[in-house]
Amino acid sequence: MSELIRLTASELASKIHSGEVSAVEAAQAHLDRIAEVDGEVHAFLHVGAEAALANAALVDEAVQAGTAPASPLAGVPLALKDVFTTTDMPTTCGSRILEGWRPPYDATLTARLRAAGITILGKTNMDEFAMGSSTEHSAYGPTRNPWDLSRIPGGSGGGSAAALAAFEAPLAIGTDTGGSIRQPAAVTGTVGVKPTYGGVSRYGLVACASSLDQGGPCARTVLDAALLHEVVAGHDPLDSTSIDAPVPAVVEAARIGAQGDLSGVRVGVVRELGGEGYQPGVRASFDAALRRLEKLGAEVVEVSCPHFEYGLAAYYLILPSEVSSNLARFDAMRYGLRVDKGASAEEVMAATREAGFGPEVKRRIILGTYALSSGYYDAYYGQAQKVRTLISRDFAAAFEQADVLVSPTAPTTAFPIGEKVDDPLAMYLNDLATIPTNLAGVAGMSVPSGLAEEDGLPVGLQIMAPALGEAVMYRVGAAFEAARDADEGGPLIARVPEVAK
Amino acid sequence: MTTTAPALVDYDDVVARYEPTLGLEVHVELSTSTKMFCGCPTDFGAEPNTQVCPTCLGLPGSLPVVNQAAVEAAIRIGLALNCSIAPWGRFARKNYFYPDMPKNFQTSQYDEPIAVDGWMDVTLEDGEVVRVGIERAHMEEDTGKSLHVGGAAGRIHGAEYSLLDYNRAGVPLIEIVTKMIPGTGERAPEVARAYVTQLRDLIKSLGVSDVRMDQGSMRCDVNLSLSPTGSGVLGTRTETKNVNSLRSVERAVRHEMQRQAGVLDGGGAIVQETRHFEEQSGTTRPGRRKETSEDYRYFPEPDLVPIAPSAEWVEELRGTLPELPWEHRKRIQEAWGLSDEELRDLVNAGALELIEATVAAGAPAGEARSWWVAYLAQQANTRGVELAELPITPAQVARVIALVGAGDLNNKLARQVVDGVLAGEGEPDEVVESRGLKVVSDDGALIAAVDEALAAQPDVVEKIKGGKVQAAGAIVGAVMKATKGQADAKRVRELIIERCS
Repeated sequence: MSELIRLTASELASKIHSGEVSAVEAAQAHLDRIAEVDGEVHAFLHVGAEAALANAALVDEAVQAGTAPASPLAGVPLALKDVFTTTDMPTTCGSRILEGWRPPYDATLTARLRAAGITILGKTNMDEFAMGSSTEHSAYGPTRNPWDLSRIPGGSGGGSAAALAAFEAPLAIGTDTGGSIRQPAAVTGTVGVKPTYGGVSRYGLVACASSLDQGGPCARTVLDAALLHEVVAGHDPLDSTSIDAPVPAVVEAARIGAQGDLSGVRVGVVRELGGEGYQPGVRASFDAALRRLEKLGAEVVEVSCPHFEYGLAAYYLILPSEVSSNLARFDAMRYGLRVDKGASAEEVMAATREAGFGPEVKRRIILGTYALSSGYYDAYYGQAQKVRTLISRDFAAAFEQADVLVSPTAPTTAFPIGEKVDDPLAMYLNDLATIPTNLAGVAGMSVPSGLAEEDGLPVGLQIMAPALGEAVMYRVGAAFEAARDADEGGPLIARVPEVAK
Repeated sequence: MTTTAPALVDYDDVVARYEPTLGLEVHVELSTSTKMFCGCPTDFGAEPNTQVCPTCLGLPGSLPVVNQAAVEAAIRIGLALNCSIAPWGRFARKNYFYPDMPKNFQTSQYDEPIAVDGWMDVTLEDGEVVRVGIERAHMEEDTGKSLHVGGAAGRIHGAEYSLLDYNRAGVPLIEIVTKMIPGTGERAPEVARAYVTQLRDLIKSLGVSDVRMDQGSMRCDVNLSLSPTGSGVLGTRTETKNVNSLRSVERAVRHEMQRQAGVLDGGGAIVQETRHFEEQSGTTRPGRRKETSEDYRYFPEPDLVPIAPSAEWVEELRGTLPELPWEHRKRIQEAWGLSDEELRDLVNAGALELIEATVAAGAPAGEARSWWVAYLAQQANTRGVELAELPITPAQVARVIALVGAGDLNNKLARQVVDGVLAGEGEPDEVVESRGLKVVSDDGALIAAVDEALAAQPDVVEKIKGGKVQAAGAIVGAVMKATKGQADAKRVRELIIERCS
């Protein structure tokens, strides 16, 4: 195993930019690693070796010519969730209905990665159209958690998180609709950030739920996530919901945080996200995290967000409603799967959707269609939107008392593959703590807090910040990470077992 | 089971016993250079599927961005119709599956239209004024076009296959809906036609659409119900679509009145349904019978931010409204001393604007009028096109008139110059040059021609010398013939007299 794959993105970047290591070597090391372990992990749906090496060669040329790197991450390999369009690779969203679809355009995020000189290794596995918390709902088979291959890597972005934990890539991109970046980060011992809604362009992100979806960085360290954040964030005129404001200075914040002083920072513990339903080891790790934050000088206060308890219910009305409309376009008329059964367009559409969508997607389309039906709209969609407003108000009130809010990211550590796949409600509960930030459009991240005593699996600490308040979030995350690593004698990710083959 | 349609009731009989209530929905395609939600061009008649992009094709991941010019046009239409402009409003998604709808939802304004509660005073032929209330004007996107091949009359049923052209998909539309128009009695068909005519003129004067019913850039749906006179009970309405000319508007209303009266007289009930107007027979037929009522599952479009025109902007746009076309006409009528009938003929021939533009380019009104209603109207007629479609501009006509005024052309030559312009030979001056059409006023050339003609007819010379000046006509004719009509006849006559004295 090449040592290159164990470097952080920022370490690797400085070696590439100084000429010590070539970008091609870095890309090849990761491609070799993928070839070595991905048969077991199944983080990738598609690997674009040729394009990856071609990009790396361009970076090396620039380095040799003495040109300044296109970005601080130029030449660093990355795993891209298969929900962003790419002209040089298929984009399937983990669905049969888009099998082999080659988009004619790059997502804004894809274009920014390319412009930054980042080497895109391939596209990662995900729950179909980002619906799920385990990556078991991928039409192309589940991804396995490198910590324990019999367990789930979280979802929907399990492929991106597993790629990081298996050292197949030092950087990844995810999307977070209700926790799909943060929960996989938590259960794989990696870092995942859901930026403020509108912080990262959604143009070319195949929609799950438009008002909730947000692309964001995944990495093994807070600083790496911050570096990637600054590459992909920023206003995009092609996305009307994109925020026209400067990107928060998250790299600087992460560097400041890493110095380990949080005095003057108020950390709010959300009472409603600390009740029952948490695995004891998750609880214990969270309590230890609070003590660590206090030790760093932060003032820990308790805040109440009384409407969070309705978050899950509201989410499972709003999300399916938008899904039912967003996924209507998959009708076999212009692209993707076509099942030529029946004489009319309507019959072909129905047969294609029947064959092309998996059970979870169908469940949510049906739920959403029902929730939007005339006569039910007010009771379901309308009420859910009111809850959403109340949750936003809860956040606003809480952020008066605290600079960031914290909770465990997920109620449990990684559960065994197959355990919850037939129990949608149990699956949905994974996102209990992550959903409120999506409903309110504020920022959230998950950083590794430790291993649960009972199963030795990673636990994540969720840190939430107000809209465009990413700087303080990264600062707290970096400070916590530095302190934890110092106390525990190294990063948590170093303890991931080697993938058994 | 088949039922024979009840016979139509004689129109006079209908209006003696029933009171019609009208409602008109007019769709206007805006002539913005780009589509409602993307940057694609909107030119009519382009090769199929050449004016498309990821957004108007509804490709996965694409997002809409509102066309500011369309919002501006919508506000101006609203203001011209005396509507209030909503200070805040969202787009909604109207969900239904149809192959010509790329996303399988139409982005439209639903319960938050941009303009509400206005009116327009409609003047009938005899001068009676009917105030038509405007319920709303809202923005939406057009669908693509389906071409059904192999079936009867281009209908989907029985077709072998269908072709789809998405060039029109996403073209901005404004839908203008009237309030119920009661109390028009026997004049209902006339009121309907006059309303649509005036609306067309109004929108044309705003310069926001070419409002061509024959090309589909203005489309009208007629809602009509009957109630027994004096009953005060509103009848069930039908909605007639495919009404594609002003004459058809009138005919459709009249036919529906006669048809509905027949149904009611026979003790039947009017079915609330969509009907299609048949241009050839002037009748309406029921549209596809739907098993269940359509539920469009409207909900606010999450991919767009609300439209929030500031009061300042609305006032600024109010300042851009032109003089109302009917008021403008009244002023022109007085200035040019036209009778009502003359004015109507000019308007109906579509000549008014052309004449005005010709006058604006420097031509005297009388001559401008004479050119457009006589020679050019004849040319348009021969070619089977609208006057405005002739390939000659008012400025070019004005130039021809100026050349005649300066004595450079006579009327016969001027017509040849116009023919040249119409044949695409360039500007009037270029045609004069290339066809050698200039009046011969060079005395040297004329004298030679005159002398030649005089020498050829010595007997006529004797007569002129003998005082019979009118005999000069024969020589003039000969000279004109010799100069191919390019001589100034007046000058020729003067020279003949001179040479014979």
